[in-house]
Amino acid sequence: MTTVLLAIGILVLLALVFGGILGYANVRFHVEGDPIVDQIDALLPQTQCGQCGHPGCRPYAEAISNGEAINHCPPGGQATIQALADLLDVEAIPLDGDHGTESAKRVAVIREDECIGCTKCIQACPVDAILGAAKQMHTVISDECTGCDLCVEPCPVDCIDMVEVGVNTKTWSWDKPQGVTSTSLNIIATDRQTEAAH
Amino acid sequence: MQAFDIFSFHGGIHPPENKAQSLQLPLGRPGLPNELILPLGQHIGQSSRPLVKAGDKVLKGQTLAINNGFLSSFLHAPTSGTITAIEERLIAHPSGLSDLCVILQPDGLEEWQALEPLVDWQTKNRTDVLAYLSEMGIVGMGGAGFPTQVKLQGANKSPLTHFIINAAECEPYITADDMLIREKTLELILGIEVLQHLVNASQVVIGIEDNKPTAIKLLNDLLDERNSTIKVAVVPTKYPSGGEKQLIQLLTGKEVPSGQHPADIGILCQNVGTCVAVHDAVYLGKPLISRFTTLTGDALNAPQNVEVLLGTPVSHLLAYAESQDNRLHRLVMGGPMMGFTLDSPQVPVVKTSNCILAATKEELPPPAPEQACIRCGMCEQACPVSLLPQQLLWFSKSQEHEKAEHHNLFDCIECGACSYVCPSSIPLVQYYRHSKSSIREARESAVKADLAKQRFEARKARQDAEAAEKEAKRLARQKPAPTKDASKVAPKAAASAAPATNDEAKKLKVDLAIAKTKLKKLEKQLLSAQENEHVEEINNLQLQVTDQANQVKDLEAQMAKVAPAAPVAKPTPAAQDSASDELKKAKVDLALVGVKLKKAQKQLDETPDDADLKQKVADLQAQQQAAQAKLDQAGAATQVAAKSAPKPAANDELKKAKVDLALAGVKLKKAQKQLAEAPEDAELKQKVADLEALQKAAQTKLDQAQASDNVTAKPASGEAAANGDELKKLKIDAAIAKAAVKKVEKALKKAEELQAPELDTLRQQFKDAQQRASELEHALANPNAQPKTTVASKPTQNSVGTADEDKKRKVDLAIAKAGIKKAEKNLALLKEQGKSEADIQASEWPQKLLDAQQKLAQLETATPAAETASAKKTSTAAQAQPAAPTNADDDKKRKIDLAIAKAGIKKAEKNLALLKEQGKSDEAIQASEWPQKLLEAQQKLAQLESTEAPQSNPAKAKPSTIEASTSEPANDDAPQASLAEQIKQQKIAVALAKAQANKLAKKLGVEPDNAEQVQIEIAQLKDKQAQAEHLLEQLMKQQESQ
Amino acid sequence: MTEYLLILVSTILVNNFVLVQFLGLCPFMGVSGKLETSIGMAMATTFVLTLSSLCSYLTFTYILQPFGLEYLQTISFILVIAVVVQFTEMVVHKTSPLLYRVLGIFLPLITTNCAVLGVALQNISKQNDFVESILYGFGAAVGFSFVLVLFAAMRERINVADVPVVFKGSAIGMITAGLMALAFMGFTALVQI
Repeated sequence: MTTVLLAIGILVLLALVFGGILGYANVRFHVEGDPIVDQIDALLPQTQCGQCGHPGCRPYAEAISNGEAINHCPPGGQATIQALADLLDVEAIPLDGDHGTESAKRVAVIREDECIGCTKCIQACPVDAILGAAKQMHTVISDECTGCDLCVEPCPVDCIDMVEVGVNTKTWSWDKPQGVTSTSLNIIATDRQTEAAH
Repeated sequence: MQAFDIFSFHGGIHPPENKAQSLQLPLGRPGLPNELILPLGQHIGQSSRPLVKAGDKVLKGQTLAINNGFLSSFLHAPTSGTITAIEERLIAHPSGLSDLCVILQPDGLEEWQALEPLVDWQTKNRTDVLAYLSEMGIVGMGGAGFPTQVKLQGANKSPLTHFIINAAECEPYITADDMLIREKTLELILGIEVLQHLVNASQVVIGIEDNKPTAIKLLNDLLDERNSTIKVAVVPTKYPSGGEKQLIQLLTGKEVPSGQHPADIGILCQNVGTCVAVHDAVYLGKPLISRFTTLTGDALNAPQNVEVLLGTPVSHLLAYAESQDNRLHRLVMGGPMMGFTLDSPQVPVVKTSNCILAATKEELPPPAPEQACIRCGMCEQACPVSLLPQQLLWFSKSQEHEKAEHHNLFDCIECGACSYVCPSSIPLVQYYRHSKSSIREARESAVKADLAKQRFEARKARQDAEAAEKEAKRLARQKPAPTKDASKVAPKAAASAAPATNDEAKKLKVDLAIAKTKLKKLEKQLLSAQENEHVEEINNLQLQVTDQANQVKDLEAQMAKVAPAAPVAKPTPAAQDSASDELKKAKVDLALVGVKLKKAQKQLDETPDDADLKQKVADLQAQQQAAQAKLDQAGAATQVAAKSAPKPAANDELKKAKVDLALAGVKLKKAQKQLAEAPEDAELKQKVADLEALQKAAQTKLDQAQASDNVTAKPASGEAAANGDELKKLKIDAAIAKAAVKKVEKALKKAEELQAPELDTLRQQFKDAQQRASELEHALANPNAQPKTTVASKPTQNSVGTADEDKKRKVDLAIAKAGIKKAEKNLALLKEQGKSEADIQASEWPQKLLDAQQKLAQLETATPAAETASAKKTSTAAQAQPAAPTNADDDKKRKIDLAIAKAGIKKAEKNLALLKEQGKSDEAIQASEWPQKLLEAQQKLAQLESTEAPQSNPAKAKPSTIEASTSEPANDDAPQASLAEQIKQQKIAVALAKAQANKLAKKLGVEPDNAEQVQIEIAQLKDKQAQAEHLLEQLMKQQESQ
Repeated sequence: MTEYLLILVSTILVNNFVLVQFLGLCPFMGVSGKLETSIGMAMATTFVLTLSSLCSYLTFTYILQPFGLEYLQTISFILVIAVVVQFTEMVVHKTSPLLYRVLGIFLPLITTNCAVLGVALQNISKQNDFVESILYGFGAAVGFSFVLVLFAAMRERINVADVPVVFKGSAIGMITAGLMALAFMGFTALVQI
């Protein structure tokens, strides 16, 4: 009986001591805030479009660090999800369709002769990319436009178009080669010369 | 000439040279093509800015475009002729894309503009000479087209040890530089001398491969003859010795460090072509308008080098070199190693095109299919920049750009040696190019994101500052009143005490808000943890939540302490404020507890067997009751306090009720949204119903409050203001209700798409919401009557009331229109989807659309009616001054309506066009649907426009009555002013009509289909214009007569 | 001194815990996807293993043995290990949030890493003294880290290589691990006494 009590006593004592150590460590190494937020924020596209349901990119970064899914950012698309997955070492999941779909990069363009100068779009633009004054024609600084769509809805005369930014010779990029395809497996390397000679 | 020390570089390959073919014939000079295509971006950097326009006559050598920034260049006319266009044309680019080009049609006269050579280049300032070279459009002609003056400027950073002339020309097939040296030896040497004068290097070396003996001999002879210090360094033939960095390594043994330029180690490299171009510019005053190009390949019968004008289409050159179209398999610009395939022979020769290779299939067979890497390491052996191509391939394949960069991907010169030697025929270079562009893209987007972030943050900071300023102003406005009272009655100390407590309270409020947000976040986390069943997390989070809740409570307690402290400090006259403060606080408490309760209940819903939560809910309910009691008390206190000044208190109450209502609306909305997401959740439905009840209760409360407000307000003098408030409130309510309708609509749509079984319930909801909206609108209409009656007795407030009314109507109109638009959109969407249950849709949405349109029509008919009513009222008021603003308001409203109606028309037209494009099979339905809508919209527009005309009549008529009624000289200015305004308005109307007519005329040109309709419209507009002009004339006359 | 050196050589190479004794295989397969992660895991494991072998030795010698409670060794060792892991987690969280984030679920997993308990138990069965215990634990950790990092580096390259489809992913990982284990058998004849 004593042995049993002793055993229990020792274990309880051990547990208490270790509990104490952990308790101290908890206080000593208490973590304030979450520096990971900055890193997440840096990966987001900063369109500030709010499609993720948060007012801006940083709040979403905070939400991610608090456990929200990483696939709520349509402007960033799969690339951003991949980057976030790499950073947080989680599975890269497909974009959540509820928050919108990934689309080609777009900028807002105001059909200027229809603008009535209501300034509603100016107030909606999260990056101050629309110029204009009350009862004056407005215009978009296309270099600053993040293509967030937020100005389209408030326009009372529907004079804002989201125009896709096409590829020009300056922004064009090389395609990735197809890689080893199944068709190529039928040919051994030495076949090449013979084929060429024909 | 003594031999020059030659070093070596790593790797390199020896592809078959194939240079002899193009050297059989002497230099050719193809004739003028039919048109010259001159891309504006022939160089690295910004595209040039065109100076000419279509139709301009230009002389040979005339500047067509000037530089656009630092890294840019000039462009000149290669021959005399006419500019036919400046448009997008296919250009020589690996992408096969188009870019902006100046199209020049030669007149065959070859008429030079006056040439002004820079004869005094030796005495001229270095900067001037560089600027001159830039104006002559000289860019590096070896490969990339780097503006020469920029390169020379960069070379001036440090003293140069070597000035290297690149004549290596290592790529197979190309002999353009060889031919250039043979043909223009003297020009080359003179050009080098000019450049040497500019850069003043200690050694000038011409690097040339040993496979050009003729050129070497010519150079050596000439240099000996001139006793020049320029040396000729003959390097062994090896690809890619012509690469800038490779040639530098060959001649100096120095390696250009990664990420640096040759100039950083005191070396400048220039292509022979560039040197000749410099000579032509400086000695002859000729800008860069032509170049030497090799035409070669087995598909040509007469391969040769040609001196060709820039902009000559490749097809022209192919014809000149007798191309056999049937043998031509691949057309390459540049060499076989680094060149790129041309999709079309219509692309022009540009400043950097050194070779056109028309290859047969045997010559350049299609690349063999890529096979797996066998890790033979031959690519590493061949790499002239000592990279690890195999590693780079892995990283490139797996998109690990960071690592690729770490392995110096950007030092790759894309020479193609690795691909050439690869036994598995892996297109290594293409992988690297892809990686490079991806990295560049990522960098650019990162820069853009940074910029956006900065701007966003700046905007937020600005908004915060504005809000703070407003708040400060508000406080400043508020404060003087009590302090003045206090200074009258009480000692000054008390007056200063009040702001202090205010500050403290503000701080506490901020803290409280922060604590609350934290709490909310934690709760959210907890919720998600519960959903995901992370036991550990749940416990942890629950602890945190309770902590945070405690903190919030503490803060609230502190707030409570401070809040009573504030009124204590204030003397008796401030008692009323304190009471209202207390009331507010109590309300906040109540709201807080309510929110908490709601949250807890929600949690409870999700985990119904959680005893803790139940306890918490019970606690919270108790708390809520306590808070309610407190609120009642405070309310009573306020009422007591308010007896001396009943109006603000009543207002407060009203406000509270409104807030409640809004809150209930928001909650309802949220619940509805949830419902839409999880339509089979019975609890949610229950909740929605509860909330609706709640909203109704709030509404009744609000009504009561208003009633009491009216009662209390009546004796007060601020009657009109109160009515205005009410109106505003109702408007807000209506807007909220409408938003709810919209939301439900959306949900409905979604459900329809998903064919959810809850369609009926949702529809029911939708109807409910619509009903609510209409009720509210109704309510909105009723109080309108109320203020009108009160207003009628108070003529001074008349105009304000009508203006408010107008605004309301406008808002209604806009909302109704938005509804129509939405319905239309939905309809279009459904049609696009080609729904199978098209019948259901057809019966559903169009119905809705019709409803909305009817509503719109109602509103619109109501508008003129109300306007006439308001006009009548205004005239009975017979107050000249307010009359004019009302008219102006009316006008504005009408204009906005017009604009909106026009937008509607446009939308309809667009949709119509879209449908036509899609070539709908159910065209019959479309044809009956959209055009109908279009017509309606047009009618609406016409209506609006017609109302505009009569509206301006009373506007015109009114001043006269006013004039008649106001015999007093004091009022004389007013009608004049209004008259002037009217004239202005009419002028605007005329201008507007003209602009519209113009627009329509334009449209007529674009869409000949609708010609008839458009012409009718134009006619209408012209009528209108005439009317407006007539009116304007009348008004002018009137003014003159006055 | 030779003994100490022998202990290190033995635990790192000859009797490598992962590839020869096949302990701690779950983190070996689980955290070897990326080199950075595996290095973090290796460091965390090294820290935990050394500390826990020390603590378990002390617990056994000064608490269990005097009271004759040797039969409680497993349960008390688990307690010790759990505490050490928790402690490590807190330290890592404080000092390197990213590592904390990256290690994620694996840090608490060290608790159940059989290598850790194995080391503690083997310390007892081999009747190692204090210094020997520490060295044994440290050596085991270094051996673990060594193969983990090697394996991660290999897997990184395998991931981008053209592996036949049926072998993609874990399959090729297992094969690689098996080949590595075969290679490590070669160390058996390293030390001859």
